Amino acid sequence: MYETHYHRASSIQDAVKLKQAAEEGKYLAGGMTLIPTMKQRLAAPTDLVDLRHVAEMRGIKVTGKTVRIGAATTHSEVASSAELAAVCPAICGLASHIGDPHVRHMGTIGGSIANNDPAADYPSAMLALDATIVTDRREIAAGDFFTGLFETALEDGELVTAITFEAPAKAAYQKFANPASRYAMAGVFVARRDNGDVRVAVTGAGSNGVFRHRDMEAALSSNWSPDALASVTVDASDLLSDIHADATYRANLVKVMAKRAVAAA
Amino acid sequence: MAKITMTVNGRQVSGQCDDRTLLVHFIRENLGLTGTHVGCDTSQCGACVVHMDGMSVKSCSTLAAQAAGSEITTIEGLAANGELHPVQAAFKANHGLQCGFCTPGMVMTAVDMIRRHGGQLDEATVRAELEGNICRCTGYHNIVKAILAAAVEMGGARVAAE
Repeated sequence: MYETHYHRASSIQDAVKLKQAAEEGKYLAGGMTLIPTMKQRLAAPTDLVDLRHVAEMRGIKVTGKTVRIGAATTHSEVASSAELAAVCPAICGLASHIGDPHVRHMGTIGGSIANNDPAADYPSAMLALDATIVTDRREIAAGDFFTGLFETALEDGELVTAITFEAPAKAAYQKFANPASRYAMAGVFVARRDNGDVRVAVTGAGSNGVFRHRDMEAALSSNWSPDALASVTVDASDLLSDIHADATYRANLVKVMAKRAVAAA
Repeated sequence: MAKITMTVNGRQVSGQCDDRTLLVHFIRENLGLTGTHVGCDTSQCGACVVHMDGMSVKSCSTLAAQAAGSEITTIEGLAANGELHPVQAAFKANHGLQCGFCTPGMVMTAVDMIRRHGGQLDEATVRAELEGNICRCTGYHNIVKAILAAAVEMGGARVAAE
């Protein structure tokens, strides 16, 4: 690892100030992607601003159907929250299958969405739940937030502080994990609102990162059942191809995972 | 260089290290506690697992600076009064190791797993919970057996105490 300078932030304001003062700083949440990346010398921030001790960025608050999750809340906290499980068990289930237990004790929801790894699980939940990403300076709709592979709408120095969403009537997430890395080769989050609106978001498969599948959404809006997806086509031309799975294989996986998610919701 | 202070196995310790120093290197080199292992350098193998404020973490993917002020337990901190911890005893009784390299991480992971699941562990859960720990000798069977035996032993002890 190249040399770096560690700073521990005590508040959101403090974190933003520390980052601003740094030459080429990075926010450090759980560090479950950033530290391994730095160890490989693929990233070399001059400064790290540790967010783990920013109390106002931690915790889960459920008010009626409105959910607010602090950005520094860990995957294990999301996975084991009884309050959250009562209104949206799908997001708890998703968090309980990220990485391994040790990663879940450190990794955070804010870190995951700010990194926007095309095979990360959370971005699909954010899109399908029509979540709002709260930052130190504004609120961004999930639909505008994820802009490409490892790319987001965040400005330089902008810090994700929380995410909020309205719990849907039904939701579920299903992924086909790479047998070695456990990252999603295709993951599909489906959510249905009381008014019948449906959102289907796909991770792990899109060549431009997480995306919504409008044809599946239309099919499920008129008929909420796995069978409704039988006639929908998943276009392989926009999907990733790599040594683990080519685009055609992934296209099939997307459909299978979507069916399983609807059946599980 | 910065001065880092934390509590390791119940004892307050301090040491000088770079901000980039990983927790595992601080534990091994500054404190001389070499039971915590570095197995893979890619954050996958779990030989470096320790407990930070009561939760299992990979000390190879955590900076010593991040752990400043926290309570760390390493494999050396489990046995009390010369008696093996029930998980250590179960690994011995069930032959849950061969070369032993992954064992410190396995044992620390098992202790954390039993803490979270109590007596509710079954084989499928143990295998899923071992996602972050790699063993290249045993084929995992005896590790799973040892963890299940320890969970019964510790659950039983808890019921008896109540």
